[in-house]
Amino acid sequence: MDLISNLALGFSTAASPANLLFCLIGVLLGTLIGVLPGIGATATIAMLLPITFQLEPVSSLIMLAGIYYGAQYGGSTTAILINMPGESSSAVTAIDGYQMARNGRAGTALAIAALGSFFAGTVSTFLVALFAPPLTEIALEFGAAEYFSLMIVGLVSSVALAHGSVIKALAMVALGLLLGLVGTDIYTGTPRFTLGIREYADGLNFVAVAVGVFGIAEILRNLESEKTREVLMARVTDLMPTKEDFKRMFAPVIRGTVIGSALGVLPGGGAILAAFASYTVEKRLSDRPAEFGRGAIAGVAGPESANNAGAQTSFIPLLTLGIPANPVMALMIGAMIIQGIVPGPNVAVEQPALFWGIIASMWIGNLMLVVLNLPLIGLWVKLLKIPYFVLFPIIMAFCSIGVYSVNSNVYDLYAVAFFGLVGYLLLKLRCEPAPLLLGFVLGPLLEENLRRAMILSRGDPTTFVTRPISAVLLAIAAAVLVIVFLPAVKAKREEVFVEED
Amino acid sequence: MKAISFDTTNALCGSILTAVGLFFAWQSFNLELGTAFRMGPGYFPLLLSAVLTLLGIIILVQSARVHGEPMGPIAIRGIFFILPAPIFFGLTVRGLGFVPAIFFTALIACFASHRMRPLWAVALSLALTVFSVAVFSYGLGLPFERFGPWVRF
Repeated sequence: MDLISNLALGFSTAASPANLLFCLIGVLLGTLIGVLPGIGATATIAMLLPITFQLEPVSSLIMLAGIYYGAQYGGSTTAILINMPGESSSAVTAIDGYQMARNGRAGTALAIAALGSFFAGTVSTFLVALFAPPLTEIALEFGAAEYFSLMIVGLVSSVALAHGSVIKALAMVALGLLLGLVGTDIYTGTPRFTLGIREYADGLNFVAVAVGVFGIAEILRNLESEKTREVLMARVTDLMPTKEDFKRMFAPVIRGTVIGSALGVLPGGGAILAAFASYTVEKRLSDRPAEFGRGAIAGVAGPESANNAGAQTSFIPLLTLGIPANPVMALMIGAMIIQGIVPGPNVAVEQPALFWGIIASMWIGNLMLVVLNLPLIGLWVKLLKIPYFVLFPIIMAFCSIGVYSVNSNVYDLYAVAFFGLVGYLLLKLRCEPAPLLLGFVLGPLLEENLRRAMILSRGDPTTFVTRPISAVLLAIAAAVLVIVFLPAVKAKREEVFVEED
Repeated sequence: MKAISFDTTNALCGSILTAVGLFFAWQSFNLELGTAFRMGPGYFPLLLSAVLTLLGIIILVQSARVHGEPMGPIAIRGIFFILPAPIFFGLTVRGLGFVPAIFFTALIACFASHRMRPLWAVALSLALTVFSVAVFSYGLGLPFERFGPWVRF
């Protein structure tokens, strides 16, 4: 069978000693930074991205994927131990996880999170392996018009899943697209929006924008009020859940995996939505709904599995279509482009070792997380005690080195400072930076496909609605927009995101 | 009658986005626009800046109606010490070389927190410099000059 031989190729790539090592380093680094409160997966990857550029493409992407799972796991750890989710998708975990920790069951909560995530990761990795190839076949048929419409779907979904005002999120997409167009026009060679600075002719450096908007802005926000953090307990004991616990986490884990796998594929950040959906489902199905909010096991197991499953399946649109499902995937696309790989359906055909290697490494990374993190949890707890004012000079130094090492262009460093300020300003103005980054990555692709589609149709814009696949995609995008603006959904949406804060 | 009041955050947000949109529109007009059939370099950006300007105006108008929370404290000290750190690194990494540049970059960033003592800052920056040189320069072999022309005798 094709699937088996493909997976064998993947595992032989991912299990080479060097790649295993990079996967391990990625998982460790990811957890390390993800544990530091206030720094989520996106900021972590943005900061660690430059480190991977010295590596081979496969190793580099495997390491990045490792950082991603590690950061996510680290985020859940802080959510449980100090009620401070490292990122929005583990915000749900904090609700019941922190309560479990206060009841003296921190170890159990951490173990449940790890085991649930591992199970979800295993299942969804197989789903990726199963569904990626047929989707790739379809994607190979895509023309410029279809790609354009598909990107519109991605951008619109990112708007739907952003926090706060929809109008602001739309504005962020537009701004991101514009920033993505800075640089030389591909058709005519005309420099655009470079303000006469020759160093920006190749466009704004993606790493610089990501590090600035996510990393630096985050640091500035943490510096606003320097409070001492309170770490709940000195020791985490009793890691192993009891038989009773296992029984109670079993069904939620399965349901969470199903919900997460389905929602993760949605472009626009399904993992967050998946965690919320799973929590709601568990609360509704539970025979002890009163326990929720007071340390329910299902309230940790379900959302944690859902968010991990979603994190895995969000690789499907990336690997098959080259369309990022969330800001982290946007960072992965940036990494691929810098490595000289054009993301899209051709990756699976032209570089099967890379494609299947990444898929196999997902499972290996998840296994490493379980094996490593349960024994290492004491170390992570210690890390929580490092004062913040020691951390951020270290982060700043590494960011500077990292960004400079990508192109040896000092203007990239000035861009980091500028976009750090922009990112902080956006935070203060309650604008979500995720749609901006998505727009930034997709800007050039969107324009290229729009122009190509218009040339192919001899200037007839109806090409986008007369080609069936493109028409369906645009209809989906329109439907999402309409739904988001419906008064009932709008109210519900605000409620969900308020709960999250 | 109720006095007209604005949500400052959204009013500011709307005006800034409108201004940025207009700026990009103005820049796009200096580029060749082309036609819908053969779009020039300015066509798509002009479209986007029109959208951005429009959204900015909508946010501005809405700020008179919807009210949100206030903006909260601003990390002035952070802005003044964090943002110059990468700029300083950019300005000096070629001249001073990697070792002094990374030391001062870390040192500048240290002072963004009022809780950092000067002696601690120097110690931390030194440790960080040693670590970075070992890992990035010797370990990963990044092609940085350790000491640049400004500090060579």
